[in-house]
Amino acid sequence: MTTSNVPEIPPTVLPELNALPELNALPVLPVLTDEGSRWLEAATERVRADAGALTALFPAAGRACGRGPVPGEPGWTVDEAVRVRLLLALPQTGAELGETLFELYAHGDAAERLAVLRSLPALEDGGGLGDAGLPLVRDALRTNDARLVQAAMGPYAAEHLSDHAYRQAVLKCVFIGVPLAAVAGLDRRSDEELARMMADFAEERLLAGREVPPDVWPVLERHPTLLTRIHALIGEER
Amino acid sequence: MRIFDPHIHMTSRTTDDYERMRAAGVLAVVEPAFWLGQPRTSPASFADYFDGLLGWEPYRAAQFGVVHHCTIALNPKEANDPRLQGVLDLLPRYLAKDRVVAVGEVGYDEITPAEDEALTRQLALAVEHGLPVLVHTPHRDKAAGTRRTIDVVRESGLPPERVLIDHLNEMTVGMVADSGCWMGFSVYPDTKMDVDRMVTILGEHGLDRVLVNSAADWGRSDPLKTRAVGDAMLAAGFSEADVDTVLWANPVAFYGQSGRLDLSSITAEAATSEATTEAATEAATEAATQATTAHVTTAATAAVAAGGDYAGNTVLRGSPA
Ligand SMILES: [Zn+2]
Repeated sequence: MTTSNVPEIPPTVLPELNALPELNALPVLPVLTDEGSRWLEAATERVRADAGALTALFPAAGRACGRGPVPGEPGWTVDEAVRVRLLLALPQTGAELGETLFELYAHGDAAERLAVLRSLPALEDGGGLGDAGLPLVRDALRTNDARLVQAAMGPYAAEHLSDHAYRQAVLKCVFIGVPLAAVAGLDRRSDEELARMMADFAEERLLAGREVPPDVWPVLERHPTLLTRIHALIGEER
Repeated sequence: MRIFDPHIHMTSRTTDDYERMRAAGVLAVVEPAFWLGQPRTSPASFADYFDGLLGWEPYRAAQFGVVHHCTIALNPKEANDPRLQGVLDLLPRYLAKDRVVAVGEVGYDEITPAEDEALTRQLALAVEHGLPVLVHTPHRDKAAGTRRTIDVVRESGLPPERVLIDHLNEMTVGMVADSGCWMGFSVYPDTKMDVDRMVTILGEHGLDRVLVNSAADWGRSDPLKTRAVGDAMLAAGFSEADVDTVLWANPVAFYGQSGRLDLSSITAEAATSEATTEAATEAATEAATQATTAHVTTAATAAVAAGGDYAGNTVLRGSPA
C-alpha cells in the first residue's frame, strides 16, 4: 500500500452523534392552495369511510397538491405531508393497519413508499400500530435505495428493531452513504458491538487503501479501546 | 445535442450505458413495460417489474443525470398466456402513478383473439386514466398488423394524436402518417430500421409527429442510436433545430399529453452541462474521462432532485464512500 492512500488521522474534535438537526418526525401540516386543501379534505373523508379509497387517492397526492418543500420543515415535501395526513385518516389500528400500510407500500412508487415510512411514528401514537409496521421497515432496509433506507431509519425503527437488525441497518447506512445524523436513536442504541462492527469496517477500508467514511468516527469515539486499535493501524500504515 | 429516447428498456442495460448515454446527450428516457426475453408465469412477477420501473430504475437513472419515466401495460406477447390475465386487473393501480406517461407497449404480436381482448381493454384504460398510448407493431406480418392496429385504435375513440405507433418501416410509415397517429422508429444495429434509412424517411415524410428511439433492450441493440441519427441528420443537411425537433421536442410533446412528464430537474441544468457533454463527445480520446467527470456533478444534482443527496450510494461506484 502506498502512503498516499492512508487517510489523515481524524481530527481530535469529533462531531457528536446526531449533530445535525433531526427531521421533524411528527406529521407536518402541508401548506396548500385552496384547490389542494379542498382535495385533501375530500380525500380524507373518503379514506375515513373506506380504506380501499387509498389505492387511487394515495398515488394522486402529488398531482393534486404539489410536490414542493414544506416551508420551515426541512426534509418534508408537500406530497409526503399530504400522504401522511391520508394515512392518519385510516379507520384501522394494530395488525389490520399494518397490513394496509404494507399493501400500500408494496404497490407504491418511490414517493409513496417514502411517505408510508415517514408516517410510522405518528401511526404508532395515533393508531396503536405496535410492531405491525416492522415488516415494511425490514423490506425498505433490504433495498439498495438510499432514500428508502434513510426514511426507514426513523424513530419507529429505533424503537422496534432488534439490536442485531438495528446494528446491521446502521452499518448499511454508512456503506451506502446515508448520513448517520439522519438515523434516529443512535445516542440510545449505539453499543459496543456496533462500535466493534464499525472498527472492523474501518480496518477493512484502511487495509484496502480506501477512505473511511467520516460517520464511523463518532460511533468509535465512545469506545476508546476500539478507537486506539484503529489509530494504531493508521500509525502503522504511516 | 439534447436527446429524449422515447423507447428504451434500461432495466436490461448496465451503468456503463447510462454513462455513455448521458455523455452523448441523452437527458431523458421513457421505458415501456415489455417482455423480458423469457416468459413470466404470474401476475406477481409483473407487479415486481412495475415496481422496478417506478422505483429502482428512475433512482438508478438519476445517479447518472438521466430522467426516467415509464409506460405500463400487459404486452401483446404475454397477453396470450392465460396465467397472466390477472395482470389486466393490476393495471389501474399502476396507471395511477406519477411517473407513468402512457399505456404501453400494447398491440399485436401473433394477432390472436387474446391479443385483441388485451388491446381493447387497455385502450379503454388509457381513455379512463387520461393517458396516451404506445403501440408496438408486430415483427412478422407487420403491414397487416399495423393496418389492424390503426382500425382498432380508431374504434376505441381515442384521438389519434394521443397514439404513438412504433417500430415502423418504409412499408408502414405511410398508413400511420395518414391515420394522424404519431410515428415511432426503432433504430437497431441490424433489424427494424437503420440510421441512413431513418434519415431518408425524415427527408421524405418530414419531421412532424416523428419519434426516433433506440428500443435498446436485452437483445442486440445500441442505446446510442438516437445520437447516431442526430449526427447523420446534421451530415445530411438538416439543421440543429430539426434535430432538436425530432430528438427532443417531439417526444416531449407526445408524452407531455399525460400531464405527468416532469423534466424540471434537467431544464435548469441543461444549458451548463450541455457544453461539458459536447466537449466530451468531440474529443474522442478524452471522452471517457470527461464524461465521468460530467456524470459525477450532474448525477449529484439529479440524485438530489430524485429525493436523495448521497455521494456514496452503491450505484455510483467510485465515489468517496
Ligand atoms: Zn420495446
